[in-house]
Amino acid sequence: MSGATATHPVLAVEDVRTRFHTQEGVVHAVNGIGFELGEGEVLGVVGESGSGKSVTMLSLLRLLPTPPAEIVSGSARLEGEDLMALDADRLREVRGARVGFIFQDPMTSLNPVLTVGYQLTEPLRLHLGMDKAAARERAAQLLDLVGIPEATRRLSDFPHQFSGGMRQRVMIAIALACSPKVLIADEPTTALDVTIQAQILDVVKRLRRELGMSIIWITHDLGVVAGLADRVMVMYGGQVVERADVKSLYARPKHPYTRGLLRTLPSPDAEGETSGRLASIPGHPPSLLQAPASCPFAPRCEHAFDRCQRENPMLQAVGEGHEVACFFDVDRGAPRAD
Amino acid sequence: MIRYITRRLLFAVPTLIAISFAIFALLDLAPSDPTGQLPLTIPPETRAQIRESLGLDEAFPVRYAKWMEQFFVNEPLNLIERAFDVEIGDSDSRTRVISYATRSPVVDIIAERMPQTLWVVGLSYVVGIMIALPIGIVSAYRQYSWFDQVGTFVSMVGFSVPTFFTGLVAIILFSVMLEWLPSIYDTTHRVTDLASFWVQIKQIIMPVMVLAFYNAAQLSRFMRSSVLDNLNLDYVRTARAKGMRERAVLLVHVLRNSMIPVVTMIALGIPTIFGGAIITEQIFRVNGLGQLLIVAIQGADIPMVQTLTFLFAVLIVGFNLIADVLYGILDPRIRYD
Repeated sequence: MSGATATHPVLAVEDVRTRFHTQEGVVHAVNGIGFELGEGEVLGVVGESGSGKSVTMLSLLRLLPTPPAEIVSGSARLEGEDLMALDADRLREVRGARVGFIFQDPMTSLNPVLTVGYQLTEPLRLHLGMDKAAARERAAQLLDLVGIPEATRRLSDFPHQFSGGMRQRVMIAIALACSPKVLIADEPTTALDVTIQAQILDVVKRLRRELGMSIIWITHDLGVVAGLADRVMVMYGGQVVERADVKSLYARPKHPYTRGLLRTLPSPDAEGETSGRLASIPGHPPSLLQAPASCPFAPRCEHAFDRCQRENPMLQAVGEGHEVACFFDVDRGAPRAD
Repeated sequence: MIRYITRRLLFAVPTLIAISFAIFALLDLAPSDPTGQLPLTIPPETRAQIRESLGLDEAFPVRYAKWMEQFFVNEPLNLIERAFDVEIGDSDSRTRVISYATRSPVVDIIAERMPQTLWVVGLSYVVGIMIALPIGIVSAYRQYSWFDQVGTFVSMVGFSVPTFFTGLVAIILFSVMLEWLPSIYDTTHRVTDLASFWVQIKQIIMPVMVLAFYNAAQLSRFMRSSVLDNLNLDYVRTARAKGMRERAVLLVHVLRNSMIPVVTMIALGIPTIFGGAIITEQIFRVNGLGQLLIVAIQGADIPMVQTLTFLFAVLIVGFNLIADVLYGILDPRIRYD
């Protein structure tokens, strides 16, 4: 089984390029992203704001408003079927049924004038063809599954009658309603209190064990990724800069950006005290108004040398399942040979 | 909710009394004279007698108090008596609000004129809404498309060109040049069969469409912006991510939200129906409330003007309350208790 999943990932994404046409010019938000998601795997997608994490995932299901967005190229094979090539009707059959989506802000992601029950039964009736009563029963089970007490009664409540954490649970229930193969969670805990974050993470971990779907977890919180993900993909300037399984990424980060990110985590020293100042990565995120011709991280990189200004590095394998897009070998402290 | 409505109704009482006083005082201060339109050959003494017979020699507070009694006590009692065919107290000695000009009770005249206004202006309002909402929705959904551009232009024209212009253009075009439609609305026309129904349609279509065009122009812009406000919100993306059809996204998710301010605006606009589109009624000679008010103002028929204006005030206050209640029903986040 594990051998089959290795050769046939649930989701195989290749060369996604998305641009936004704005008044300032064309923003190259996503520049050739590709990744694979195995059966039951959790892929953490990490990067700062504007690195193209969300846009990549929204592009897969064409959930971006076009215009201004334009998906220039790419393919996303879900169990062999290219989502990017589907017509609108077939794509709708995938959305919500085979790919579930959780969004960042639970306060605005639910429709304020429709009951939670209505919003939850909608995909059940549409995709699974359930009648009203069956869908309602299933909806109550789903709310129960994500840990909302008195599920049946709360179906007739409106979103504003739920707290932020409870709303995010509702969103998870909606995303899971039709037992999707893939769950895409776009910073689902960012807008929540820390304690609520932990609860939501617990819910997701439990559901993953129980339901066994594959998860793409977008976040800028490296701590969350460490506790949840199997593999991690680090993004910068609309590109993947490093990809590895979670252990080797944290143990042996290869990309200067990843290393910078890990340094920004406050860590207690030998005496258990956190050091006085938090580290930060100097400089600003790149302007994406030009198509990248050089390494997007070069202006902020302490190891940058002349080649980084001329060429955009491709991902290359540096270890077992570990890839990095960088001309500099941080282990040897010298430019890579190739 | 009931408590809220009761409280609002109680608040409405002093508001309306203040309004009635303001109207009465304004009319009293206005330099109008009910005998002003009588022939110049009538000597001043006779004019004074006429004014005296109308009760104008009484002091201002006395006249106001009498109007209050007539309007708030006698007229309702009279309505009840007529509706249930009973007699309460001494109904013959109760004075009613009498028009200076026609010498008949104001309320009866209003009741006579009401149907015409409701038919013509009310229908135009309904037609306007039915035109405006779909146009607003489609314009927003296809923002900057040719449909939206044309809609924007037509709305601008409809909104900025007054009805006395569009009305006259319509009359010149359809009545004078093409001779398809009558230019005068005949309120005595009775629909008895298919042919007379056709006549009714032909005479009502122009005033209704002229007014509907004007109403729709405003409302469609409002609808468009309300839909646009909602189209880019997160919950719309959620609905799409669930795999909802565009029709469901638009007509269930977006529409429910964008109708909230629009319904409020529609409710607030209903009193203007009763006010009658004064100008349009004049142009097409619709014998409605608007026309009644204009004639009453010209003839210094103070009881008529006072009563009509006050009724409009009651309607405005009432529909403000209705709009608020509707808001609470449409938006579950609003709580009134």
